[in-house]
Amino acid sequence: MKKVKKLRKSTRSSLITYGLVILFFVIVQVMMITGNLSSSLRGQLVPIAAYIVMAVSLNLTVGILGELSLGHAGFMSIGAFAGVIVSTSLENQIANAPLRLAVSMLVGGILAAVVGVIVGVPALRLRGDYLAIVTLAFGEIIKNVINILYVGYDSSGLSLSLKSANALGLEEGGKVVLNGPMGAVGISRISTVTAGFVLIIVTLFIVLNLMHSRSGRAIMAVRDNRIAAESVGISITKYKLMAFVISAALAGLAGSLYALNFSTVVAKKFDFNTSILVLVFVVLGGIGNIRGSIIAAAVLTVLPELLRQFNDYRMLLYAIILILVMIATNNEKIKNLINRVTLMLDLKTKNDPKKGGAA
Amino acid sequence: MKKFRFQLIALALVVSIFTLAACGGTATTTTTAAGGETTTAAPDESTDGSTDGGAAIKIGGIGPLTGAAAVYGNAVYNGSKIALEEINALGDLQFELNFQDDEHDGEKAVNAYNTLKDWGMQILNGTVTTTPANSVTPEAFADRIFTLTPSASSPTVVEGKDNVFQLCFSDLNQGIAAAQYIADNKLGEKIAIIYNNADAYSTGIYEKFVSEAEAKGLEIVSTTTFTDETNDFTVQLTEAQNNGADLLFLPIYYQPASLVLSQAQAMSYETKVFGVDGMDGILTLENFDTTLAEGVMLLTPFVADATDERTVSFVEKYKEQFDEVPNQFAADGYDVMYALYEAAKKAGVTADMSAEEINDKLIEVFTSDDFSFDGLTGSGMTWSDTGEVSKEPKGMVIENGAYVGM
Repeated sequence: MKKVKKLRKSTRSSLITYGLVILFFVIVQVMMITGNLSSSLRGQLVPIAAYIVMAVSLNLTVGILGELSLGHAGFMSIGAFAGVIVSTSLENQIANAPLRLAVSMLVGGILAAVVGVIVGVPALRLRGDYLAIVTLAFGEIIKNVINILYVGYDSSGLSLSLKSANALGLEEGGKVVLNGPMGAVGISRISTVTAGFVLIIVTLFIVLNLMHSRSGRAIMAVRDNRIAAESVGISITKYKLMAFVISAALAGLAGSLYALNFSTVVAKKFDFNTSILVLVFVVLGGIGNIRGSIIAAAVLTVLPELLRQFNDYRMLLYAIILILVMIATNNEKIKNLINRVTLMLDLKTKNDPKKGGAA
Repeated sequence: MKKFRFQLIALALVVSIFTLAACGGTATTTTTAAGGETTTAAPDESTDGSTDGGAAIKIGGIGPLTGAAAVYGNAVYNGSKIALEEINALGDLQFELNFQDDEHDGEKAVNAYNTLKDWGMQILNGTVTTTPANSVTPEAFADRIFTLTPSASSPTVVEGKDNVFQLCFSDLNQGIAAAQYIADNKLGEKIAIIYNNADAYSTGIYEKFVSEAEAKGLEIVSTTTFTDETNDFTVQLTEAQNNGADLLFLPIYYQPASLVLSQAQAMSYETKVFGVDGMDGILTLENFDTTLAEGVMLLTPFVADATDERTVSFVEKYKEQFDEVPNQFAADGYDVMYALYEAAKKAGVTADMSAEEINDKLIEVFTSDDFSFDGLTGSGMTWSDTGEVSKEPKGMVIENGAYVGM
């Protein structure tokens, strides 16, 4: 106990976050083994993991870097389709499913990072609303490009077309991996809950360590006062790009995990609404608060399913609950109450509720 | 502080009102569907059907009840409910229907499917639209739950799955049938196509139409595309006009088709128009001038104006209960329930069988040579081993605001 108290506040906070995820994973595993997990919840575990990673990675852009991005689903989309294409083409080469999943996710993540650089270099010169608009446009462009993309796979390798599946000229026995607006159909579902858990832990490791590193402090300095940061020799472009690209890469990983959990995935899924959904997770969980993002993403993904019994009114109820949470978390009295509780639990440390550095 | 408390109370009130309203709404349907019997509130509010407890076969339904595609999901659901009521009133086999919303989204559809599995679904009536079907049918295939989809028309829905069957034409057959129909009846020499290249249904029909048109020697002079957000079709229409097209093939849904028709008239472009089953519904579209659709030809399996006894009684009941004219999707939903009923009766399925047993029995019946089904959307329907239905598309032309057989 003493040892725990001796740790730095940030380290302790990170450990609590890891502990929370591990605890949840253990509970789910136990429930699965004892057969207490409903198929409904069981089916949602991998999407929840993907959304958690999406929320945490977006929080890096929105909370830590302080720039609004409305195209996060675009990176998810790139990761998703890259992952599907890699996984389908390597089906014969790599028989081991977890290994194939890892390779697919890695490729998805790298590709999303590359696109992150391409988009980030010009876009990050902009700030505030203008950056938001550019990222929004980027998300739409990705959606529309993938909508007209046809990718086939046969013995001679991958072939690509922007016209139609027939234009691919596949050999006998070739497979259309990505069929334009129909998306990818007949994906072998290789994502597992364990893979989702590992991805969350890796994401947390990257994001939390970045936040508490020299680079992380530089990124936050850019957020808090750009001019002051620049005056002490912090390269604005470098640190902005660093946060943005890491965020994009993690979204790509989440996209691959998500897509390989379903038999089909279409470009329309990753539209503006999905970007907003992830942004809602971040905002409701608390901007800059990583643990909050995890909880918000998990709860808000399960919530619509829990409301199924209300039929047509469920999305209305969902919206009302969002509003209630928003009011409650912004209420001074409730905030004070939470602060007092944390103060009691944490007598020795000074409490500074204003800064978003707590993880 | 006071203000906040007031807001909270007001919101709590709103929540409880809607909760009550939701219960009230479904309670009514439960009673109607059970044929006026008094019902105790079921734990799952969206369950309709038999009240005999364990004696009913549990049929799950999945479709978009909310969102942009809600019109299709609700039509299937309503049509299924009417069939359910009639089947249960026959007093032979008892069915219970639990219809879940998928918002026309693959992820939500899988969630809906898993919810139904927890409920104890034995047969699946779904899904209504293609993309959710592509994500749900592999699950149903793995779980061995028999699936009959009312309207998911892509060939990928049934491909490689022995227990998934379609009640509608596949996109494949529609494209081929349309090209054959045009060629055989010499409807046009130069054909222009406008299709939605962001939509699986439209693209699927387009691709098959083109390859069949080539084989039949039809000349396609202009091919233009649009996406879901398009409202202006003048560019596409101008290109068709400039290329001298005398027949416009529209493998698209009725909302964009209505815009195409009105804009064609605005630029005084006179041409024959040929549509597919997605065009069905154009005559009941609100604020649409039906004179624009005069002379439009389309392939559709169901016509609400038909005079046979079953269609008349179905349309009457539908109008009475839901206050609108049923479209093809409603008829599909109705037919799915009856096809399942007839097949289940033939196979000797009972409510106490497991989903897997029912699955095996129904596959056998559906693929057997002597099983054919007469419904609202066609008579003498038979199914191949691949799960595709074989029935004749009906060529229709709109005259004086109503469908007339060609």
